Amino acid sequence: MKAVLDVKRFDPENNSKEYFQKYELEVEESSTILDALIKIREDLDGTLALRCSCRASICGSCGMRVNGSAKLVCKTRLVDIAPEGEKVQVEPLGNMPIIKDLVVDMNPFWNKVQQVRPFMMPNNTEPEGEYIASNESMTHLVDVMNCIMCGACVSDCTALEVDESFIGPAALAKAYRFVADPRDDKSKDRLKYLNKNSGVWDCTRCYACVEVCPKGVAPMERIMKMRDLAIEEGFKNTSGYRHTKSFVNSVGKSGRLDEARLALTSVGFFNVFGLIDLAFVGLKALVKGKLPPILPHKARESENIKKIVNKIERGKG
Amino acid sequence: MSKHDLLIIGAGLAGLRAAVEGVRQGLNVAVITKVHPVRSHSNAAQGGINAALTDRGDDWRDHAFSTIKGSDYLADQDAVEIMCKEAGDALIELEHMGVIFSRDDEGKLGTRAFGGQKKARTFFVGAITGSAMLHVLYEQSVKYNLSIYEEWFVTKLVKVDGKCVGVIAIDMKTGKVESISAKSIVIATGGAGRVFEPSTNAIICTGDGLSLALRAGAELMDTEMIQYHPTTLAGNGILLSEAARGEGAYLINSENERFMERYAPDYMELASRDVVSRSEQTEIDEGRGINGCVLLDMRHLGKIFIEERLGYLQEVATEFMGIDLSEKPIPIKPGMHYIMGGIKTDYNGATSVPGLYAAGECANVSVHGANRLGANSLLDTVVFGRRSAVNSVEWVKNNEFIEIPDEILISEKKRFQSLFDQPSSGIRPGKLRLEMAESMTKGIGVWRDEKSINNAWEKVKNIRENYNNIFLDDKGKVYNTDLIGALELDFMIDVAESICAGAKARKESRGAHFRTDLKDRDDKNWLKHTLVEKNDEGFMVKTSDVKITDWEPEERVY
Repeated sequence: MKAVLDVKRFDPENNSKEYFQKYELEVEESSTILDALIKIREDLDGTLALRCSCRASICGSCGMRVNGSAKLVCKTRLVDIAPEGEKVQVEPLGNMPIIKDLVVDMNPFWNKVQQVRPFMMPNNTEPEGEYIASNESMTHLVDVMNCIMCGACVSDCTALEVDESFIGPAALAKAYRFVADPRDDKSKDRLKYLNKNSGVWDCTRCYACVEVCPKGVAPMERIMKMRDLAIEEGFKNTSGYRHTKSFVNSVGKSGRLDEARLALTSVGFFNVFGLIDLAFVGLKALVKGKLPPILPHKARESENIKKIVNKIERGKG
Repeated sequence: MSKHDLLIIGAGLAGLRAAVEGVRQGLNVAVITKVHPVRSHSNAAQGGINAALTDRGDDWRDHAFSTIKGSDYLADQDAVEIMCKEAGDALIELEHMGVIFSRDDEGKLGTRAFGGQKKARTFFVGAITGSAMLHVLYEQSVKYNLSIYEEWFVTKLVKVDGKCVGVIAIDMKTGKVESISAKSIVIATGGAGRVFEPSTNAIICTGDGLSLALRAGAELMDTEMIQYHPTTLAGNGILLSEAARGEGAYLINSENERFMERYAPDYMELASRDVVSRSEQTEIDEGRGINGCVLLDMRHLGKIFIEERLGYLQEVATEFMGIDLSEKPIPIKPGMHYIMGGIKTDYNGATSVPGLYAAGECANVSVHGANRLGANSLLDTVVFGRRSAVNSVEWVKNNEFIEIPDEILISEKKRFQSLFDQPSSGIRPGKLRLEMAESMTKGIGVWRDEKSINNAWEKVKNIRENYNNIFLDDKGKVYNTDLIGALELDFMIDVAESICAGAKARKESRGAHFRTDLKDRDDKNWLKHTLVEKNDEGFMVKTSDVKITDWEPEERVY
């Protein structure tokens, strides 16, 4: 079948601008995008730079953006996304600097991973044999260990796009792997660290990481789980926790979200700098006509909504 | 110039395990690797790691015997004894480092059955055991703050006064060529699957270390022993783990027969890999295959079981073949998978070159002999990775750094420049690689004979001549994979010739080396290792005796 690939090129030595180059070639019906890229490199144009290795979705080398979203190109078949030989756009992963063509600099990625202290910290009394642990607890971790560090989630993370300091979905999923490991002795310290700025509360819950992850790791769900665990451990002095609390209170009280109050309570009434910052945001919103109503209205069936909220809260307890 | 007590080439399981040990022993250690550590091909080991744990009534001697029988009596039995004795400690250490091995009902490590062994002693993480171990060893490298030359490609081992004293390498991100001085070097570069086509191996498995060692004067041992794995996907050659059969999958032919009954009535699908691969090929050759394949049938295992214990297999089957393993059997065939042969080392990882060690798939200790048992390769990497680093300590203490002469660096740079200067009327390296690899599969396959081996060797020699006509599109410095590909091909040609030399020399059939013109094992003349050396006259083969301790060769029946 025919394949048409529009590949983003960048050569730091010859041309500082990024551009797209179109390649047309014949490939097998079963070909993946990686097969096509390798064929381009081997038969048509040896200047095309890309990373690839195992061809079987286990090494994590070939994360790229295909038609705008991050994928492992070794497990993306052309016939599935371009059955009629439509043009397929291939770009390097997002949220990372480009070294050349489809090769990105993953150092920022690895630095984040290292930031979460990604190694077992057991207590001092190692057993002579193996640790005794339930098969369920281990099987649960296998889902996270499926992560091959391909960077797809980080590429498409919308929070990282606006805040480079966010630890990000891959490193946080890695952190969860230790937080949830019954053999690790430092879960509480880990949660305390992850509860800080740039940690679990900086995720915007956009779901992009869950959607693009080629291995079903579901980083966002791990992040949400760690929020719960952090609260359970008593780490409540965060805007994230206050935000959650205020959200529930507001809905429970009036059946509606009181956005003005939500913003204030999240920042915290004693956080002077935070409040000044917020005042500027408020002013800007006012100028643009986007300031939420200062006095919220009650929803029509607020009593029923209150019952639902109470029921959920009771269920949790 | 950077200097290290211990420089390890390769960051897979053997390399990282050696590195961790080096740091623990107080050495100044660095790892140099052409890919980030977690991209290494140890990832692809799926099924598990063997160990005979005494606390559950297992015996290392039983594991050792299975390994030796599996090797068709070509393994050195003293080395096998060491591997099997140390297996338990190695396994528990991995568990303590954080590997999330599957558990039994009591919360202890659980096992599955694997080929060539009656006792279930394979410990595992779903069907991603290699990946789970590799990531944990990477975690340990972070813990120990290990120095890593990441995405550096080693082009030459430097020898001064007969000793190995460092390497020349290219920093792929900048194109800079540098010398790195080291008192001792461990080669842990893994396999050489790209010498064949198709292969289960990754694109990075180009046998660099084998060629580096050969050029430094080390010997390669039993190179003819190429493992064809019984269950690989037709076309792209992707692996489906032996764990499938370990968990009870059947092999069936076009007549819906479990044909292994004819070849290995006792072990059935769990006979040694060489035996199962030959059986499949016989079925296919005799017309009971389906489009050049037989079928792996897992339907009776049920969807839940498959997804929990063999999830990665289901992923591969669905993504690459559109097959749900719980609903349909999947076509598979024997495919090139592993090299039992490699750089000859003693059981402490030492090669014949002072200061040079090797561990993992690129090394031949020899514990796998003529056929490796499934789940013994992961064990091999951690046991002998560790030992090689321990053994280097003494050498490091007693030797000083030796400067790498500038001439060597300059001559390497000239070699690369000459590749850039080639006229573009020639041939691309990728095309030449494919030609070579396809003829290797044809000549050194599941079956082979004098003629097929000669043909393959002629072809490889021809490729070597043609290498002078290759050209590179990419003349740049930054991340030039065109150049790296050409240098890898240069290494692969050495590896291919070594394999042909070993195959031609061994005038018998043993394990994976099955010659249709000499079908019997010949213990009288060939209970011997083949040793390949490269000198000015070409690839020379000698032999050496196999170390027998307690297990005299017997007829091998499964």
